[in-house]
Amino acid sequence: MVCGEAGEGGEIHPITLELLGVGRKLADDLSTELSAVLIGDKLGEIAEEVAFFEADKVYKLENPLLEDFKADLWVEALEKLCGEINPKVFLMGHTVTGMEIAPRLAFRLNTMLITDCIGLEIDREDGLLLCTKPVYGGNAIAVFKHKGEPQFATVRKKVMEPAERSSTKGEIIDFDPGIDESMVKIESIKIVKEEVVALDKAEVIISGGRGIGGIEGFKELDELANLFRESFEKVEVGCSRPAVDFGWISSSRQIGLTGEKVSPALYIAVGISGATQHLAGIMRAKKIVAINSDPKSSIFNVADYGVVEDYKKVLPAFKKKWRELS
Amino acid sequence: MNGIRIVVCAKQVPDPEAPFTAVEVDSEAKKISTKGIPPVINPFDENAIEAALCIKEEDGAEVTVLSVGANISHAVLRKALAVGADNLILLDDPHFKDLDSYSTAYVLSNAIKKIGGYDLILTGRQAGDWDSGQTGLILGEMLEIVSINLARSIKIEDGTVVVEKMIQGGYELVRTKLPSLVTVSSEIGELRYPTVKRRLQAHKQPIEVWSAEDVEIDSEKLKTIEIMELLPALGMGRQCHFMEGDSPEEKGENLAITLKGIA
Repeated sequence: MVCGEAGEGGEIHPITLELLGVGRKLADDLSTELSAVLIGDKLGEIAEEVAFFEADKVYKLENPLLEDFKADLWVEALEKLCGEINPKVFLMGHTVTGMEIAPRLAFRLNTMLITDCIGLEIDREDGLLLCTKPVYGGNAIAVFKHKGEPQFATVRKKVMEPAERSSTKGEIIDFDPGIDESMVKIESIKIVKEEVVALDKAEVIISGGRGIGGIEGFKELDELANLFRESFEKVEVGCSRPAVDFGWISSSRQIGLTGEKVSPALYIAVGISGATQHLAGIMRAKKIVAINSDPKSSIFNVADYGVVEDYKKVLPAFKKKWRELS
Repeated sequence: MNGIRIVVCAKQVPDPEAPFTAVEVDSEAKKISTKGIPPVINPFDENAIEAALCIKEEDGAEVTVLSVGANISHAVLRKALAVGADNLILLDDPHFKDLDSYSTAYVLSNAIKKIGGYDLILTGRQAGDWDSGQTGLILGEMLEIVSINLARSIKIEDGTVVVEKMIQGGYELVRTKLPSLVTVSSEIGELRYPTVKRRLQAHKQPIEVWSAEDVEIDSEKLKTIEIMELLPALGMGRQCHFMEGDSPEEKGENLAITLKGIA
């Protein structure tokens, strides 16, 4: 069973289809059925659509209280569902939702949980789930297995091949989430939407880190981004964690293990030392350029092109030359 | 002391900011060697300590830092006192080596019960070694208190905690009654530096050390992290081509020429 999610506009979150993609394989290997669970209010349309993506069954847990995400209610509803259905395997996305729900749900179901998996397969010998995940900030890859029931894991975004739409449609089942107002222990005062940065879709990303030195430095990166926008459609400014911690730039632009993981054609790292926590987010960039005054920076170990200089001196000359060549 | 009682859970880990070449993976023994990497307080837990200190400054609070492990370095954890925590309790026992998230939460929950009263428990969002991100939320379940995940700011108002909690596409301002547990995201800010004076004072502050027996832990129930296989991270297979030039400017120009060539 996989737990679906809606995106910000109420559409199917891509992780839902990715979970169904890997879920199908696991269900086939275990010769069992694949079901999806959707939680929210008025799920009719989205459930109809999800039913076309490899799911044999779609459980619809509807209640007006579930219109906005409330962790306490999700945990209660999923505890009830899993208690009745007893899925062999239960998967959630390693999203802000999954990160909050999964550990609590696993505790309540008296099982264990492996988070942030990038690979899942069934061990043929015992039918248990082999969960592959990066550890030590991406320095090593470990395979874990636990004996709990259900076999519970959260799955990293954009790693699994999404399920494809088929012509056969799964069965849609209404399931009473069994929740009420008294279970809401947290009062929501307001929801604030922040600028959505499409880092994951960018062709070119120019990122700054600790070595940028301050807000002024990011203005220079903004200018460089504007220059690239003359040649590329999707250009974004990103950053590593220290830049966010110092308050120089919004966390919505953070790239790394705890931020976005990106795959641009060109990634330019400026004043970034290359802690593995950051490198974990840029592994899939096609070309990586590093500008850093410290030749010993780890970033050069993963870069295709390097400039060992102070970026403040490099960038003006770079921009001038780039314009001449354009 | 006035104000609320805060417990912060902080783990000692090998410095995640260390260059990745320092980490050696022994696939045979399924062990990661972090020899030569200095131990530090998990940076995400440092964010939680910072959050506690901000509340202490604002409203007054008694801040107790708890750490679970085997052979915890007093020098490393003493930093918590040097930056302004009031008490430091180390849950140090050979049985506490490499515990999984569940067992860590079990030890912490027993320790918190032994401490007695508390109003707010803070933890980091995840630890920089196994990156599991579960202990805090499991602890909340064990103590049967309300948990709020991924806080980017925390304030105390009239016996409630008001939190900006990260959600998909932004944040949500939420409020709940104390006692409760909040996991802290790095947006809350880096831990402050200790002043020299505070650092010297911290050396005189006592550190409590509790064993498994002290917190009534049945060591039979403890589970360690079990790995089936361990592999080095896939190398990125890149060879860095360094820009040449007599000046930074010339190198910058050469970079422009090179990138134009591949763009």
